[in-house]
Amino acid sequence: MWGYSIAKSQSIVYDQNDRTIINYVLEQEPSLRTCMACGGCTSTCSAGNLVPFNIRRLNTLLQRGEYSQVKKEIYNCMLCGKCTIVCPRGVNIRNVVLKTREAIMNSEKSDANDTNAI
Amino acid sequence: MTQMPFDIFVLPFTLGMSLLFAYLLLKYAHWIWLLPTDDKLRILKGFFSQKSLRACGEIFMESLLHRKIFRVDKRLGFMHMSLAFGWFLLIVIGAIEAHTYAGGSAPFYFPIFFRFFVPYEADFFLSSVYVQLMDAALLLVLTGVGMAFAKRFKSNIVGMKKTTKLRRRDKAVLYSLWLIFPMRLLAESTTSGLHNSGGFLTGTLGTIMSYILPLQYMEYPLWWGYSIVLCIFFLGLPTSRYMHIPTEMVLIFFRNWGIKLRPDNPILEEVMILSCPRCGICIDRCQLNTNLNINDTQAVYFLQRIRRNEDYTAQANNCLMCGRCASVCPVGIDLNAIRNRRRLNFTPKEVVLPYDNKQQRQAKVVYFAGCMGHLTPHIKNAMVKILQASGDDFWFMDEEGGVCCGRPMKLAGQVDAARQLMDKNRATILQSGATVLVTSCPICYKVFKEEYNLNISILHHTEYIEQLLKSGKLKVTRQDMMAVYHDPCELGRGSGIYEQPRNVLSAVANLTESSNERRDSLCCGGSLANLTLPSAKKHELAKQTMQVLTANNPDLVATACPLCKRTLQRAGDTLVMDIAEVVAKAMECK
Repeated sequence: MWGYSIAKSQSIVYDQNDRTIINYVLEQEPSLRTCMACGGCTSTCSAGNLVPFNIRRLNTLLQRGEYSQVKKEIYNCMLCGKCTIVCPRGVNIRNVVLKTREAIMNSEKSDANDTNAI
Repeated sequence: MTQMPFDIFVLPFTLGMSLLFAYLLLKYAHWIWLLPTDDKLRILKGFFSQKSLRACGEIFMESLLHRKIFRVDKRLGFMHMSLAFGWFLLIVIGAIEAHTYAGGSAPFYFPIFFRFFVPYEADFFLSSVYVQLMDAALLLVLTGVGMAFAKRFKSNIVGMKKTTKLRRRDKAVLYSLWLIFPMRLLAESTTSGLHNSGGFLTGTLGTIMSYILPLQYMEYPLWWGYSIVLCIFFLGLPTSRYMHIPTEMVLIFFRNWGIKLRPDNPILEEVMILSCPRCGICIDRCQLNTNLNINDTQAVYFLQRIRRNEDYTAQANNCLMCGRCASVCPVGIDLNAIRNRRRLNFTPKEVVLPYDNKQQRQAKVVYFAGCMGHLTPHIKNAMVKILQASGDDFWFMDEEGGVCCGRPMKLAGQVDAARQLMDKNRATILQSGATVLVTSCPICYKVFKEEYNLNISILHHTEYIEQLLKSGKLKVTRQDMMAVYHDPCELGRGSGIYEQPRNVLSAVANLTESSNERRDSLCCGGSLANLTLPSAKKHELAKQTMQVLTANNPDLVATACPLCKRTLQRAGDTLVMDIAEVVAKAMECK
């Protein structure tokens, strides 16, 4: 009635979550482990200025293994590299975006192969 | 000549030579066959034109005399020249000599083994001159071989800090090449010694050898040996780095006929890869090698990996694309373009980017600060001030932020998505009705010029400011400070803009020189093109570049790229400013 509603209860079971994508990204770009979620990347983001694209939030989702939103948003990045330049921890965020895209592409390929196999 | 000269030892050479020629003819015919139709037409049009003549001239200057290598280092140039030009002289003079003797008709192996078939001092037109000339050419080649041999142990001898680490196959063919000329010297000297003939080199050596060695038993095996090493070299050529010798000529012809590297044309890329002689000149130029000791990603090793079908993903991504290697490559291979083509595209084709530029306006001059311009507000503020002072009717297109120019996306290999960004910006720029597009960022500048197809004047802000100063629209007072200019990679080597920034800077400050300028300028390390280099390493590069720039203790390091400014200002104590900022400051002090 007032535009508010009760949020759905949410629980994350880390043991059951699929961590293939984030594991691949962390292996390829270990600097992501040093992220302290300050949000500097997101505040300078050229794409985030135009559309909903929040790299800090995407990182949280990635770490949780919740990929549906990541798959929607990750292609909005323009790869301009400002996030990487401002990052106080020296995380190569631009490469994180690229590696995430690569991991998504690989996982979709292997899904397709699985379906074919069945 | 009554009887065709023949001896069974010519067979290895004849076989090797024939197989090599057959292979090359088939290979080149196949390439031309695979070219797109418009490129085939270019060949047809160019074949009987001046372009072919120009290509021949270039082949003489670069493939034989190696002018570009002389520019890198005189000793290195001499080494390559003596091998290539010396061998060329041996072949040409030898052919003239043999055909003059034979009166025109002789089998094609005859000139190669002429001294064996005509061992005595033959008397024909200019015969004694030919003998001496041939010896001189052989001496020239042998000097080159000697230098090449020494280079393998100590590359400093020819001015190289590092030379290419060769694989086994390259080494085997290299040794056969080195052996050809000493074998020829020994074979010819032996024959000369036996028959009291020969020129100043082979004759003298032959006489000396005849005192101490049983020449009559050595002559035949030596000529056999000469023929066999030639055969090994010819058979090894197509799979070794020496494929560059014939292929570079194809590349020079293709380039002169106007065939360009395009996404739908992988042939020219293959020609370029096979044209790489693995000379290793790119190795010393690469800052990843000289400053960070990364030794597997230089152009020569990257191309080698592609050629051998080895995994090259890491090498494709680990490159600053500063263009320092390409600017000295003696073959003129488009190294950055090949590297960029080999980066993988992870963005599906069907992805549609959901944003657009927020605003649209009409103006004569459109100013585009770019993403990096927004990261360095001093630069864009200075530019706004300059644009206001110019009196031009201008619109700051991405004042509220806008769509990226697309080049970072393209450099990361995401070509389809990059095209979408370019189309969005292109539409906005064209709708504004502008005749001039000014940008602060050399990364944007390069892509606006090369990919946008705008048909309006595209200026980097240094060019624009230079025009304003020349036309008197902008008045400045010279500041009393000593400034050194840092050439950004994308603006200097990338776009050929060297003078305009210097002209502007010398109008507002006292310009001094640094040791690495213009074509030799160092990368600041901030390059967006390197996808994987950790930030600590980039910072390391920046510090070393800053050290070189501030060697003469200038008051100011001036640059013309927001990314360079951002990278360098954190790498040293000296003040770093963009030229636009210096100009804006010089306007205040009226």
